[in-house]
Amino acid sequence: MALLDVRNLRVEFPSRRGSLVAVDGVSLAVEPGDVLGVVGESGAGKSTVGNAIIGLLEPPGEMTAGEVHLAGRRIDDLEPGEKRKLRGKRIGMIFQDPLTSLNPLQTIEQQLVETIELHLGTGEREARRRGVDLLRQVGIPEPELRVKQYPHQFSGGMRQRVVIALALCAEPDVIIADEPTTALDVSIQAQILDLMRALCKEKDVGMMIITHDMGVIADITDRVAVMYRGRLVEHGATVKILGDPDHAYTRSLISAVPRPDVRLVRFPLVTYIEDAKETPRHFDVRRHWLGQARDFGDGAGAGAGAGAGAGPGAKKGDAARAGEGGDGGGRGPGRGPLISLRGLHMRFTTRPSFFKRNRVYLDAVKDLSLDIHEGEVFGLVGESGSGKSTVARMICGLHTPAAGAIRFAGTELTSLAREADLDPFRRQMQMIFQDPYSSLNPRMRVMDIVAEPIRFHRLAGGREEVEGIVSDLLEQVGLGAGAAIRYPHEFSGGQRQRISIARALATRPRFLICDEPTSALDVSIQAQVLNLLKDLQELLRLTMLFISHDLPVIRQMCDRVGVMQGGRLCEVRETEALFESPEHDYTRHLLALMPRLEGLSRQGLEIEEPA
Amino acid sequence: MPAFLLRRLLQSVVVMLTVALIAFALFRYVGDPINNMVGQDTTLEEREELRERLGLNDPFLLQFARFVREASAGEFGLSYQHRRPVRELVAERLPATLELSFVSAVLALLVGAPMGVYTALRRRGILSRGFMTFSLIGVSLPTFLIGILLILFFGVILRWLPTFGRGEVVAIGWWTTGFLTASGLKSLIMPAITLALFQMTLIMRLIRAEMLEVLRTDFIKFAHARGLPARSVHFRHALKNTMVPVITITGLQLGSIIAFAIITESVFQWPGMGLLFIQAIGEVDIPVMAAYLVLIAFFFVFINFIVDLLYFVVDPRLRADKATANGQ
Repeated sequence: MALLDVRNLRVEFPSRRGSLVAVDGVSLAVEPGDVLGVVGESGAGKSTVGNAIIGLLEPPGEMTAGEVHLAGRRIDDLEPGEKRKLRGKRIGMIFQDPLTSLNPLQTIEQQLVETIELHLGTGEREARRRGVDLLRQVGIPEPELRVKQYPHQFSGGMRQRVVIALALCAEPDVIIADEPTTALDVSIQAQILDLMRALCKEKDVGMMIITHDMGVIADITDRVAVMYRGRLVEHGATVKILGDPDHAYTRSLISAVPRPDVRLVRFPLVTYIEDAKETPRHFDVRRHWLGQARDFGDGAGAGAGAGAGAGPGAKKGDAARAGEGGDGGGRGPGRGPLISLRGLHMRFTTRPSFFKRNRVYLDAVKDLSLDIHEGEVFGLVGESGSGKSTVARMICGLHTPAAGAIRFAGTELTSLAREADLDPFRRQMQMIFQDPYSSLNPRMRVMDIVAEPIRFHRLAGGREEVEGIVSDLLEQVGLGAGAAIRYPHEFSGGQRQRISIARALATRPRFLICDEPTSALDVSIQAQVLNLLKDLQELLRLTMLFISHDLPVIRQMCDRVGVMQGGRLCEVRETEALFESPEHDYTRHLLALMPRLEGLSRQGLEIEEPA
Repeated sequence: MPAFLLRRLLQSVVVMLTVALIAFALFRYVGDPINNMVGQDTTLEEREELRERLGLNDPFLLQFARFVREASAGEFGLSYQHRRPVRELVAERLPATLELSFVSAVLALLVGAPMGVYTALRRRGILSRGFMTFSLIGVSLPTFLIGILLILFFGVILRWLPTFGRGEVVAIGWWTTGFLTASGLKSLIMPAITLALFQMTLIMRLIRAEMLEVLRTDFIKFAHARGLPARSVHFRHALKNTMVPVITITGLQLGSIIAFAIITESVFQWPGMGLLFIQAIGEVDIPVMAAYLVLIAFFFVFINFIVDLLYFVVDPRLRADKATANGQ
């Protein structure tokens, strides 16, 4: 008999228009010392399974069929009071966001002591001692001191350790972790996963990890269950499922995972997802609106028309490739880099004070110099707080650098004083943001969202022309012209990101900044959006600054990569060279933390031959 | 934290000076003060002499400085109507208003807060729906109407409670209190309820909304997942987090209870400052109006200062910005 045994679970959310079945016929088992991964994309019902096991379904959700057994005893039909006693004591739970999982108004000690006293019935003194001991076990330095602090005084990774300590308080038999590392940086993620695995083996605890991340699954789980639309499609040993999946959904899910070890020409088309509509891949750029007016006055944009009609799949133009070896080497005269940053410095005041000496500053970017050539995709990678986004924001003028120069196609932007002088450059630079939910105005129709930059920069004449262009742009990003009359909330995350891309393209930009464009998306959607960006980049010969914390994504997308740490640029190399033979210690450190995913099935992939 | 408090204190001083300027402008430029002081038959020379003697010909800044100095000592001159120092009039009336406001505020908090918590926890209960309906009445009916209805039922029809005045009061030094006599307490009931009703419903709705918000957060879910009993989750974890925004609004509302007392005091002929102020307006008694203005502003500023202090007590995130430096 398994430690935790879920049989034929069915969860329904009744509503006025009939009942929504969130989970149906799911059977799982967790053994002591065993890590079971539950993987699936958003809406697959994986979190609902976890919540149903511990009896914390969000109302009006209810379990309408199936049984849950813990160590041979049925627990799903217990009284609410009895069920509560199991929570924390027998089944511990860890949630996704460590920043919001702790009560901000209580010290760590108060929260630990309350839980320990409740479950173990110890006195306060003993509870305190155990609390400190637990913090030490989860690897928090100086636990005697830190235990008196409040959650806001801990970093994200440390808070997740506290959350784990709280879940371990009563030495539960089973731990359910719902996306335990999604909100954390790679280096922290690796530490937390190691810690969880070690605790699981050491204390012989059964663990169920719910995640959308194949890297986490490959790293830590023994067995894996794949969920799709509320059903279990496949269940078995991790090595087998990742290496040789049986079900078509698992196969397509795995094929969409960005590979850390090889570069793909493009992601295979995933047939199993909602908006699996391919974009028109061939159109004549010279005659298309997007391809016009691409001569930016300095002759550099002329290459756009030339290499265009060929479409993706063709090798990149020589201009970009040639530039990668040395800075500007092999280029025609007067063809400097498109973006050139020199000695860029950004300082934020984190604690203002009337007296200068009492102020506390954060130097987000320190003395950064870097060139991005016409037509190349430049990747910027680093952990959160390394200053990647600050660089992007300085380039497009959202932050004013404290020192240094930003040159765009030879013009120094930092010396332009008047707003109006900046407008032509703003038109040439566009940005795509991370969160597709908050980067679109919810009160505007998609038509107006996409048309706004066209109207602002007066890129088209009459109303009909603008609407025609918008419809066409929406076609190009794979949404269809019909999307124009709808509002952003009617679209899924991936579709909204496509709207953002259409909006960015609307000014016919030359330089596109993508700040973590896919980190809020599911893998299959991510694959499509990345494909779309790749296609557009090649068709329009866009220059791109691609920011991500996700190394595999960087490998798929970028020609050259810059690695940032603590506001400084450590290393700038060609992508393949960087991944194959990193030079800087920090780069090596980051690469070592990257999930290897070596056993992943390579069925149906188009792998790019090393040039 | 000391820097924060110092900044707040400075802001308070600026606010008070601004109000004082308005009060002074009222005093000096609305009508001619000399005209208000002297009779019809005073000659022009006498008027000019009085003007010179009272310093009304001095430069503006000098006059304002004098006004601020005297106002901070509580000196606002003679009331035109009563021919007595404003200071005395206010001191006489202040206890009545403060006692009424205090009782109303306590009533609003003690009844409103538990109702708010209850309606948040039992969202669909019959009692909750009852409270919500009741609160709608409290918010939508004007204060004077509630006062008049109360007088009609409990004063005129049932004859249980007195309909006007403070009843018998006991003097303790310069302070007069109605708390110590039966008639004083009885007289307090209806005005206090009238004044409290609006604040009560506001506090209730505010706490309900905040509490519902907090109950949806992850740390509440995590507290449930650790098996903490519902009582502990609701009161130890949720309620305290609800309090942060509630304190702000409640603080502001306490100020407005004192200011709103005007209407209630008129309805119940309550001998407080509000009534004094209303009468002063009728008689264009500018020194009294100026004093009232400054005093109410002072209450508001003072209460807000206390609210800022309370933030530090409730929310540790404001307290420790130095300690976070080693927070890695």
